[in-house]
Amino acid sequence: MRTILPFGPQHPVLPEPIHLKLVVEDETVVEALPNLGYVHRGLEKLTDIRDYNQMVNIVERVCGICSCIHSLNYCEAVEKLLGLEVPQRAHFLRVMWGEIHRIHSHLLWLGLFADGFGFESLFMQFWRIRERAMDLMEATAGNRVVISTNIVGGVRKDITPEQKAWILAETDKIEKEVRALEKTILDDYTVKKRCCGKGVLTKEQAHQLGAVGPMLRGSGWAQDVRQTGYAAYGQLDFEPVVEYDGDSYARSKVRFREVYAAADLIRQCLAKLPEGEINTKVKGKPEGEVWHRVEQPRGELFYYIKGNGSKNLERVRIRTPTFANIPPLLAVLPGCELADVPVIVLSIDPCISCTER
Amino acid sequence: MFEMTKNVLQNLMGKSSTRLYPFAKRETFERFRGTLDIDVDECIFCGTCAKKCPSQCIEVDIKGRTWTCDSFACVYCSNCVEACPTQCMTMSNVTKPPAYEKDVIFYKGKPKEPKEKKAKAAKDEKPAG
Ligand code: SF4
Ligand code: SF4
Repeated sequence: MRTILPFGPQHPVLPEPIHLKLVVEDETVVEALPNLGYVHRGLEKLTDIRDYNQMVNIVERVCGICSCIHSLNYCEAVEKLLGLEVPQRAHFLRVMWGEIHRIHSHLLWLGLFADGFGFESLFMQFWRIRERAMDLMEATAGNRVVISTNIVGGVRKDITPEQKAWILAETDKIEKEVRALEKTILDDYTVKKRCCGKGVLTKEQAHQLGAVGPMLRGSGWAQDVRQTGYAAYGQLDFEPVVEYDGDSYARSKVRFREVYAAADLIRQCLAKLPEGEINTKVKGKPEGEVWHRVEQPRGELFYYIKGNGSKNLERVRIRTPTFANIPPLLAVLPGCELADVPVIVLSIDPCISCTER
Repeated sequence: MFEMTKNVLQNLMGKSSTRLYPFAKRETFERFRGTLDIDVDECIFCGTCAKKCPSQCIEVDIKGRTWTCDSFACVYCSNCVEACPTQCMTMSNVTKPPAYEKDVIFYKGKPKEPKEKKAKAAKDEKPAG
């Protein structure tokens, strides 16, 4: 017998307001239909009344968890339009903050994932480690989540040599503590039982449906926008993290290993940090159109910006990674057990306020 | 499973990771953007801060010499602090205390001194750009 089951927008395991209509046959999902639009805020439209410098603070609020990377993308796009040469030190600092952000985002997700199974203690463990990353951001940039550190032309604050040493020490601690938890979550019987072979996205599907981020890399594609070398990534040694199974377990493994990769990038970044200015003076008004891509914790982020020579931009279009990951999600849901739906939905790391802006 | 045992024991023996909040407060970091304030005597009411603010929560009345900020709309980005030509705005690392009702930060500056009038007259003589 077929039944339609509403899932969300408020669901105990989902921190995000997504509504899925699940068509179930007995206990098996046969179809999933998404319904979005619960948290639309019209941020793109604000370009009409806010100038391009103020928009930096607005795009940061598209998503709290990856705010720094949103502003990084936006600033780089506007700098492309203005033809600005940003100092090297600013590039490295941007990467450093971006990677701290990635650590905090992945740890947040790992905590929620553990919570999705009912492992509340593990949830607290991850969030306790995450607190270190939050402290790093508060001490260096001035805030914990929406850190407002990128501005058009560079970054706002510099880091002192003492802070540099402290960041390195904390990064090592974060990595050590996460490694200590690795076996607990990845080798656990319950976790394996509920993740392995669940929500499998094959390599072809991932390509055809345009999956991005850990979803894509979990299905065996070694693709990461950081390879294009934006900001300072071109000068750092970097290999994308790849897993081949394409199931929820592979995706969580990718995120786990990306925490280590991010810690490594922070270390490289601080080792190579050049001396010099941290921002340049901005002159002129953006004119013309440009697009720019960066890699967020959840995947590829795309910005299209059109300026008309006035202080307000004509159009800002943001395509966030969750938006790209929804078709693959709908493809993996049919055929799974109803009880697995929350974990599969969590495994794409949904960020709905991002998707709807 | 046994991996976790070590962790559990550490958690039991070690000191707690949380604080008894209202009694034990954490020191904020030096750069933390907590409270916005302004030294109104230094302010020249140029309105730069109001123009730079992304949430448009500052209102500067140049005639009436008043400076108003809706501190509940402020997002503590410190754009205004950096833009202020006389650097009379400050961000201190003190967390804003909880409030019972919505209020605004309001300052009334001293009336304009005659010296400024002259400077303004000189400026007015220049052809408008
Ligand atoms: S920018 Fe500074 S001087 Fe100008 S109005 Fe604001 S507080 Fe006063
Ligand atoms: S800190 Fe930012 S939001 Fe607050 S008043 Fe200043 S510019 Fe406006």
